[in-house]
Amino acid sequence: MAETAAPANSAQKNLSLRVSPAAPLGAAFEAGSVRGVVELREVPFLTMVGLRVNRNSGAGQRVASVTGGLPAGCGSVSGTGDTSVLWLGPEEFLVVAPTEAHESLGGDLIQALREALGGDAGQVVDLSANRTTFELSGPRARAVLEKGCSLDLHPSVLQAGTALSTEIGNIPAVLWKTGDESFRIFPRASFADFLGRWLLDAMREYASPEVP
Amino acid sequence: MLLISCPNCGSRDETEFHYGGQAHVAYPENPNELTDREWAEYLFYRDNTKGAFAERWLHSTGCRQWFNMLRDTVTYEIQAIYPMGSPRPDAAGKVTADTGTASTAADSTTTGSASPDISGTSSSPTSISSTTAPEGATP
Repeated sequence: MAETAAPANSAQKNLSLRVSPAAPLGAAFEAGSVRGVVELREVPFLTMVGLRVNRNSGAGQRVASVTGGLPAGCGSVSGTGDTSVLWLGPEEFLVVAPTEAHESLGGDLIQALREALGGDAGQVVDLSANRTTFELSGPRARAVLEKGCSLDLHPSVLQAGTALSTEIGNIPAVLWKTGDESFRIFPRASFADFLGRWLLDAMREYASPEVP
Repeated sequence: MLLISCPNCGSRDETEFHYGGQAHVAYPENPNELTDREWAEYLFYRDNTKGAFAERWLHSTGCRQWFNMLRDTVTYEIQAIYPMGSPRPDAAGKVTADTGTASTAADSTTTGSASPDISGTSSSPTSISSTTAPEGATP
């Protein structure tokens, strides 16, 4: 569980004790990545905040001013700088921010969101420990994902900067296309080991020379 | 595998959805006044329609929103998709030809420009007129 209240001496906490959900697979990710073809790594401990607010309400506009906008519809991503907001549902959003934005490390993002929401209808929930982040990149990243994701991932359909909540390898995950050949995948923490191994298995063929 | 056109997200595989049973089963006005039999019928008795059937679905791994669907239980043809709370579209084909996303909620995005077009196919309510669906018990 993530910290719900920042201790007074939060900056002095021993961060080396933290273990990310896919940490046991770190060496396997390193070994399984094929340089310049498809690479996989975990981006641990990103700050994530679950937002539930009507984006047309007053609270929604106040929250949007903190995050740099709220996405309008399925697939869209908004945000400024390091902070991104992914659309999960008509009134449900996922804020993804760097580790340092978490209040246990002195960040003020979550507190600012709470203050923006105020007492209005909605939720601001720290979900940093709910999901972990995989970064899959390389020219073959799309081919790897296509083995277990039924969305049309062709670049003419799925453009960079699109995030969709869907199924990958039969488990629910959020897929965010961050660049032309790079994806971020957000599986729930309990699925991280499974999806990590699934991706490694799907990547394995690209380590061998292509059979003509 | 059904390809279901979610009103918010566009066409997705059936595995992303959960079935919610028959739609338009109203909660009794005064549950206390029902006999045990009437209460049991409200809880457990459902239509077993052959033909067009109105049912609820939840896009559980997508936008997590409920919606209603008019589906033919024989051919599996999805005849209409419409929001929760709205009346069942006339099976004879009075549905608006609105690409099957008959959402009226202000923030419930239909397949507009913001939405990525990931649809290979989408349910076409226009085909209803061609289907003389055998109408079962209409609630």
